[in-house]
Amino acid sequence: MTRTRRRKLLSSLFVAFCGSAVVVALTPLAFVLFFVVSQGARAVNLEFFTHMPTPVGEAGGGMANAIVGTLILTSLAAMIAVPIGVISGVYMSEYAGTRFAALVRFAADTLNGVPSIVIGLFAYAVVVVPFKQFSALAGGFALGTMMIPIIARTTEELLLLVPGSMREGALALGATRARAVFSVVLPAALPGIMTGIVLALARIAGETAPLLFTAFNNRFFNIRLTQPLSSLTVQVFTYATGPYEDWHRQAWAGALVLVTIVFACSLAARFATRRLERMHGRA
Amino acid sequence: MAAPVPTPTMTPTAFVPAGAAAKIDVRQMHFYYGPRRVLDNVTLQIRPHEVTALIGPSGCGKSTFLRSINRMNDIVPGARVEGSICIDGQDIYAPSVDPVDLRRRVGMVFQKSNPFPKSIFENVAYGLRINRLARSREELGGRVESSLKSAALWDEVKDRLHTSALALSGGQQQRLCIARALAVEPDILLMDEPASALDPIATQRIEELVYQLKARYTIVIVTHNMQQAARVSDVTAFFWLGKLIECDRTNKIFTAPSQKLTEDYVTGRFG
Ligand SMILES: Nc1ncnc2c1ncn2[C@@H]1O[C@H](COP(=O)(O)OP(=O)(O)O)[C@@H](O)[C@H]1O
Ligand SMILES: [Mg+2]
Repeated sequence: MTRTRRRKLLSSLFVAFCGSAVVVALTPLAFVLFFVVSQGARAVNLEFFTHMPTPVGEAGGGMANAIVGTLILTSLAAMIAVPIGVISGVYMSEYAGTRFAALVRFAADTLNGVPSIVIGLFAYAVVVVPFKQFSALAGGFALGTMMIPIIARTTEELLLLVPGSMREGALALGATRARAVFSVVLPAALPGIMTGIVLALARIAGETAPLLFTAFNNRFFNIRLTQPLSSLTVQVFTYATGPYEDWHRQAWAGALVLVTIVFACSLAARFATRRLERMHGRA
Repeated sequence: MAAPVPTPTMTPTAFVPAGAAAKIDVRQMHFYYGPRRVLDNVTLQIRPHEVTALIGPSGCGKSTFLRSINRMNDIVPGARVEGSICIDGQDIYAPSVDPVDLRRRVGMVFQKSNPFPKSIFENVAYGLRINRLARSREELGGRVESSLKSAALWDEVKDRLHTSALALSGGQQQRLCIARALAVEPDILLMDEPASALDPIATQRIEELVYQLKARYTIVIVTHNMQQAARVSDVTAFFWLGKLIECDRTNKIFTAPSQKLTEDYVTGRFG
């Protein structure tokens, strides 16, 4: 009887401990969201989405160029990173036991751990210096480089979760190994891979450091990939560290828009995954 | 195994049916996973348009034997075959034979049904697409339909061909896997305990199907279930510890086997 009671007491203590850990972990998130929303909501308006930044000292204006810029940069990054990342992931899972696969995995994990400012420097050296020009391409290249290891590792892990019987089923029908991978195993893992891609996009959309000396910034509206490009993060950074009250308000609005985009991405990923899974009969 | 079992006295001799060319001709076949030998000197002829059941206790090498007929074991690292396996007189382990082509001719149904996470239609169409067996959309649709009919599944799924295959019941999924295998028109069908995960009614449907299919295919079926072997097969081969102990007409195996070991097994004295 006493043992049971002691066990119950221990159990409730442990539950209480876990509960408080969750509260501690979520508190910063709650504060961040609270400040971003309360400060940002005061500054954000229609003009913010449709107008360019005003000249220094003039009130009003918006971040239309930066919003478009962020969308362009993340798209460029995805175009670079999705094919390379997915194919590397397929390689790592297909040749899981080999030494080269272990090397690729190690390289991916290392690249994942490289500070983003260093990735920015790398893009600066490889793209900006040869072309003597800050450009959207350089920014997309930097962000894409950051995304590759995330997508590669996600793809690898999800492919390894696909039951071997799927592959055997395809092989038994006269599929080659490559055919079995690309027509059965990869599609079976696709919902998870898509989620991984969108989450990776959401993560790099919030990066500032790799863009500072690659895409740089641009006060004007631009969609030319060879020109410097504005982005929400760099614009928020510039305005937040600037001396003007109006800039600070705009920075909060930019932060709110950025958080909203990331949040919408995650939601969209969830939704798309659900639909795909239903098609795959798992929901 | 609880009780000591007698060791067979004679070397396994194959049952060679008189006057019929063997569809599958296995001679002095040994099989190794790395250093471990799991099949020992198996010699066995399988006639066309008959159902051959492979029985024997778990781990005796039935699946391994089956999977060496369509070279599925090639994907297991360290797996090795000695001796010869001929299909229609052609050694399937000869260097000139491409296992990918072989597997189209020798279909396989697995113990656990493994439909692809695609629609019912796409599951059956898969083999047709990868082997380019249909020249037009109409032909593809027609062959999907006839395969589903052959697998006795058409009536149950004809109104939902484009919904997920994973929503089907276990028995339907297994028949879908049979339809998928039939679609590429193999002449041999290998089935590894196809009904072991199914309820009695679904099992009965699979057995009826096997009976219908033998007019068009040569079927080799592994089964754990002695009654099932007795019901569906013409010939039964009894494996024990990697050896083929006896192979004969099914009614003979179950009524008057020539080996004591076989008799003990089929009467349920061990295994
Ligand atoms: N992929 C494998 N690698 C190594 N050993 C295996 C493998 N598959 C099966 N075996 C071994 O080979 C023997 C025969 O297995 P199997 O053919 O699956 O028997 P059965 O189907 O009669 O139960 C067993 O002892 C099993 O442990
Ligand atoms: Mg088995």
